[in-house]
Amino acid sequence: MDKLDRDIINILQAGFPLTETPYADIAVQLGINEGELLERLARLLEDKTLTRFGPMYDVQKLGGAFSLVAIQVPEEQFDKVADVVNSYPEVAHNYQRDHDFNMWYVLATETPQQIDQINSDIEQRTGLKVFNMPRLEEYFVGLQLKV
Amino acid sequence: MDVSVADKEFSDEYILDDIERKIIYATQAGLPLVTRPYDAIAEQLGIPMKEVVSRLRTMLQRGVIRRIAAVPNHYVLGYKGNGMTVWDVPDEKITELGQQVGKLDFVSHCYHRPRILPDWPYNLFAMVHAHNREDAMLLVMQIAALLGDNDHGHDVLFSQRILKKTGVRL
Repeated sequence: MDKLDRDIINILQAGFPLTETPYADIAVQLGINEGELLERLARLLEDKTLTRFGPMYDVQKLGGAFSLVAIQVPEEQFDKVADVVNSYPEVAHNYQRDHDFNMWYVLATETPQQIDQINSDIEQRTGLKVFNMPRLEEYFVGLQLKV
Repeated sequence: MDVSVADKEFSDEYILDDIERKIIYATQAGLPLVTRPYDAIAEQLGIPMKEVVSRLRTMLQRGVIRRIAAVPNHYVLGYKGNGMTVWDVPDEKITELGQQVGKLDFVSHCYHRPRILPDWPYNLFAMVHAHNREDAMLLVMQIAALLGDNDHGHDVLFSQRILKKTGVRL
């Protein structure tokens, strides 16, 4: 990754215009031509330096229910419990974290009732208590890390 | 679970119309890498480009779209100290404190979540990103300094492993 790649990432993290030829407009700001920008962008997506490029939707505004859920899983049961949790399509993310509360998953369902149903199902199947922590208020989302 | 909590997650819902729904499906994977990307989407959906642009603009204004932008992979860019910091702060001050913490230039997400006593005393969550865990701990100290006496206890949970990451499907 060279300086131009970094400039492209920094500028495109900030936002992309709703103009007829937005790539050409950004290319002008970078002092390159549109073809070079498109080529670089395709490569940065291809090699996974960028995970995505496009509109970032706030799925929570589109309806449905979301929650962050934590479990304290005994080490020897960890993989088995991960399999149970991951088996639900409504589990969008699941992370192992360095803590007594070592499993953290995000549930995305159509209704709030389904959040409760899946959590109690997981409690029954694993015999472990789940800690349901939906967001009550959001203060900030969307930092742009300088590269 | 407390039902009022779940209802609150529903409260800011935006009702999509058919065209918006089609635009979301067409752009979920990303914008086309062509000279006129909005024209390309319009052509695919059989609607005028102006319609695509005006719907995208409305969704941006309503916060349904946070922004149109590139999302970098933090790990690839050298951010390997990614910690979920959690704080026990007074409930009556949490909005003010949350807004202050959310403004810090190394915090990517900041939320109020419920305490679950006695096991889980923390009500403020802030994700921090640094090149390594040592640097991340310096950021935690900055948050602690900002909160001062309002920090009644905190912890940091570093991610060890991604067990699943399919994302939310619309």
